[in-house]
Amino acid sequence: MRYAFLLYYDESASPEPGSPELDERIAAYGAFTEEVQKSGAFQAGEALQNTATATVVRAGGNGSPLTTDGPFAETKEQLGGFYILECANLDEAVELAAKIPAASHGSVEVRPIWDVR
Amino acid sequence: MPLVDSSAAAVERVFREEYGRVVAAMASWTRDLSLAEEAVQDAFAVALETWPGQGIPNNPAAWITTTGRRKVIDRLRRDRTLERKYEHLVQEDTVDEQWLEDEQIPDERLGLIFACCHPTLAREVQVTLTLRMLGGLTVPEIARAFLVPEATVAKRITRAKQKIRDAGIPFDTPAPARLPDRLDTVLLVIYLIFNEGYSATAGDALVRRELCAEAIRLGSVMSALMPDEPEVLGLTALMLLHDARRGARVSPDGRIVLLEDQDRTLWDREQIERGTALLDRAVRYRAPGQYQLQAAIAALHALAERPEETEWEEIAALYGRLAQINPNAVVRLNAAVAVAMAEGPDAGLELLADEELAGELDDYMPFHAARADLLRRAGRTGEAVSAYERARELASNALETAYFDERLAALQ
Repeated sequence: MRYAFLLYYDESASPEPGSPELDERIAAYGAFTEEVQKSGAFQAGEALQNTATATVVRAGGNGSPLTTDGPFAETKEQLGGFYILECANLDEAVELAAKIPAASHGSVEVRPIWDVR
Repeated sequence: MPLVDSSAAAVERVFREEYGRVVAAMASWTRDLSLAEEAVQDAFAVALETWPGQGIPNNPAAWITTTGRRKVIDRLRRDRTLERKYEHLVQEDTVDEQWLEDEQIPDERLGLIFACCHPTLAREVQVTLTLRMLGGLTVPEIARAFLVPEATVAKRITRAKQKIRDAGIPFDTPAPARLPDRLDTVLLVIYLIFNEGYSATAGDALVRRELCAEAIRLGSVMSALMPDEPEVLGLTALMLLHDARRGARVSPDGRIVLLEDQDRTLWDREQIERGTALLDRAVRYRAPGQYQLQAAIAALHALAERPEETEWEEIAALYGRLAQINPNAVVRLNAAVAVAMAEGPDAGLELLADEELAGELDDYMPFHAARADLLRRAGRTGEAVSAYERARELASNALETAYFDERLAALQ
């Protein structure tokens, strides 16, 4: 089964660019990615730029899209990245999710992928 | 076929007894609890039509499973979308006719209970689903037992069945590395079901007795399927021993009777023997756990024919070990009371004087009631009065308030 792992964390508390903490975090993600690539579970995975760069789009009534600058959701944690991983079942998915660094500096939501055939 | 009672009521009874086993067999085949349940219900409808005339088959579980499999395949054939989704089921269509009569169907209940108690389901969902799937309790029965609306129970079950199917919750006994944690959850769920039936005094007495019986039945099934897991045996022993006192726990006018005041001739001796026999089997594995220790304490109470024959020293030692495994404040309170019974009130009071413990239990009525009782017995009347007054403040019903009034009056 394929699962999406949605990584949430407080981006305002993220390490500064150029800080050793950020290097450490990037290395931790690199190690996890390498592990799931080696095991064959890896399908996709990306980090996202922070919400300041986001645009929310809704289809307008007359064909021109309505855009909003950023999600501006009043939540403590924001979506900051994702993985798509192949796992035998939810047990395996939960174990992998716990190894993603975001599980320590935020949280990971595990969602099975809906196979719309 | 044997000529036994095959009335509709007898069919219902057999169905109820076999429900968990049959749903488990169907679920391990379909990997879908909704499909499994519908098929079992369809098969039951056929049984209600044919069994009263033809008699109940030798192996009702196998009969229902075979009939249920046919119903699933019929349903898939009628519905192309479903058929595509469950292709693998239709392909292995050769339903084994041999199953119909005497063959034992494989027991898949362990896989089902581990799925129902999966840690990614909320606790109340685990409890509800276990009662529905393994126990065959109906939605209205579960709603009455937990005093929640039927719609809430129904929604919980529907949502959980969907999550199990679509999120890939496995129908298996967990791998050895995961087993200890997963088994803890299953045992906790069973014990919660038991306590819901045993502790609460509100609600329908019949439904509550049913919950205890169901928890004991689940424990017995687990004990049969995992005979080398001492905590499984320990929990089942614990529930049997507690439940053996049921008849003496409430007075005819509905008051709770304390252990020391219970009429011990009302205790169910046969059930006590079953409990202690299971506990004996468990301790041979030399892997003590919280359920075995609690069962050992319950067994010592059960074996004392009169309150003054209770072996308090041993009970105090067992509580001490329990506090090491599970160092929560209530266990430490019980340990202190046992020490007081063994060595005198001062020894118990000394343990209760621990500031951290007293702080943690400050809002817990039984703490003040126990402390008051020990102070009274130590002759420290003034302090006993204020402890009883504090307990009275925390009393949650009129019976408790009346009890403390009585105690206070006796001291003045």
